Amino acid sequence: MITVDSLSKKYGGRTVVDNISFTARAGRVTGFLGPNGAGKSTSMRMMVGLTRPNSGNATISGRRFADLPNPGLEVGVMLDASAQHAGRTGREVLTLAQQMIGLPTRRVEEALDLVSLTETDANRRVGGYSLGMRQRLGIAVALIGRPSVLILDEPANGLDPAGIRWMRDLLRDYADDGGTVLLSSHLLHEIEVIADDIVMIGGGRIVSQGSLAELLRAAGSIVRAQDPDALERALSGSGFVTTRSEDGSLRSDADPTTVGLVARESYLALIELRTAEGGLEDVFLQLTSDTEREGRAA
Amino acid sequence: MTTKALDPVRVQASARQVSLSRVTYVELGKMFDTRSGFWLMSSIVIAALLSTVATILFAPDAELTFYTFAEAIGFPMTVILPIIALLSITSEWTQRSGLTTFTLVPHRNWVILAKVIASVAVGVVSMLVALAIGVVGNLVGTAITRTDRVWDVSVAHFLLIVLGSLLCLLTGTTFGILFRSTPVALVAYFVYSLVLPTLFGILASSQERFLELQPWVDASNAQAPLFDGSIAGDQWAHLAATAVAWLLLPALVGLRLIARSEVR
Ligand SMILES: Nc1ncnc2c1ncn2[C@@H]1O[C@H](COP(=O)(O)OP(=O)(O)OP(=O)(O)O)[C@@H](O)[C@H]1O
Ligand SMILES: [Mg+2]
Repeated sequence: MITVDSLSKKYGGRTVVDNISFTARAGRVTGFLGPNGAGKSTSMRMMVGLTRPNSGNATISGRRFADLPNPGLEVGVMLDASAQHAGRTGREVLTLAQQMIGLPTRRVEEALDLVSLTETDANRRVGGYSLGMRQRLGIAVALIGRPSVLILDEPANGLDPAGIRWMRDLLRDYADDGGTVLLSSHLLHEIEVIADDIVMIGGGRIVSQGSLAELLRAAGSIVRAQDPDALERALSGSGFVTTRSEDGSLRSDADPTTVGLVARESYLALIELRTAEGGLEDVFLQLTSDTEREGRAA
Repeated sequence: MTTKALDPVRVQASARQVSLSRVTYVELGKMFDTRSGFWLMSSIVIAALLSTVATILFAPDAELTFYTFAEAIGFPMTVILPIIALLSITSEWTQRSGLTTFTLVPHRNWVILAKVIASVAVGVVSMLVALAIGVVGNLVGTAITRTDRVWDVSVAHFLLIVLGSLLCLLTGTTFGILFRSTPVALVAYFVYSLVLPTLFGILASSQERFLELQPWVDASNAQAPLFDGSIAGDQWAHLAATAVAWLLLPALVGLRLIARSEVR
């Protein structure tokens, strides 16, 4: 379990991470979402002690990262796959991690196998690796100690479709085995497929968090009524925003249950009522657009 | 491709805690396992061999004593060892491997201490290798020239030379700690070791007042008597003073900066 408690970070007076709190639970994949510059990487770096927060703290299974006796056995971290000495081979990089954690030597081969780096790849210098190969190596370093907590910053970055699929299954298995997985991503579709919980961050602040299902419900609904004008009046009377499309259907920011209740109160007959499509992408753009604009104005 | 995660590890009780000895062992390996590291290490031996051969070829027969060999071998050592020590620190930042290192060992001071121990170990072993090469050089050289063998370096003198070389090496470490960037630290180190002594010399000859101050601030001046084995009295105090000023204080400042800095 990862617990983040009121973490804040300022750079030269500018608040980049603003008092965020959330919990990534064991047995679940938590997606950390946000537009560019939202503060995802900075938050993750603070969780593992690479950046000092201005206030707040983060704990991993109840302990601060710096207090873990052998972090590699408890937390797998991949923040930036290209951050490796270009002059070492993949195998050397993994061997250093294996030695530092105090693992048996055979772990190196097992980890290479796990991420599908071949013998030849493993003996080449990291400087000559493709983005996807670096990513795989980074994942291998994170996984080698078989930690119960994973913190991965954009792990799918640079992976081919087969690699993305493999990673998704791997993380799913990890969570199903009781592990805690926190991953950030821009690939909304990826997150939608894999995450159980979502923490959405915009302009350094958490704009939404909860289970993926809950979040999707907040996407609003599409509704068609016998008397669209009356429904539109009823919904805006209850404080919801609706827009009418050409085919006469209304789109409302209220979830389907609420729309149904509002309609019943006004004795309106509905023809169709469902969750708005567009899913996570719409929610994402909608929730983060405010912070985006704020950011630009500032 | 398999998605089966690795088996849970059953590590030995001793491995449950990252220990300083383990970090040191790993850091020692890191000094050799890159191409640049490997060649730097090799260059110590290569330079020692070349110096020995050059001494045999070019030194006047009368000067073909063990000390001449020691001097010839020792000089490249005082150039290469600090660079090795400096790189072992700065590469964590410049090559960005620190992202992994410091998430496996969150105590940054441990990592630095391990690097210092590993560098000193490399320094001491290099000195012993140099000693052996020097001995062989003196044996072979004098055999070729048919001159008398002169063993004019005592054990005490050798230890002083080791001390001097380690001080040079640790200066590299200090600059690495202070600047955390390979190019910046290297430039600073070369200014310190090549430009500063000349500057101090000029100052001393032009400013009377500086003449009194010089022994207390000029590190290369203070270290010179170590290498010729003549250090005595006040010179120890000068050595200590320059070591505090150029090694200890900057290293402490640097360690503080490292503790607070971001690793990115
Ligand atoms: N060392 C630093 N000094 C100054 N500003 C910084 C520093 N590191 C990050 N920032 C700023 O903090 C903000 C958040 O950066 P961060 O890298 O955490 O965003 P992110 O959510 O990971 O973005 P992306 O999706 O592009 O990776 C950005 O505006 C960035 O410019
Ligand atoms: Mg980022």
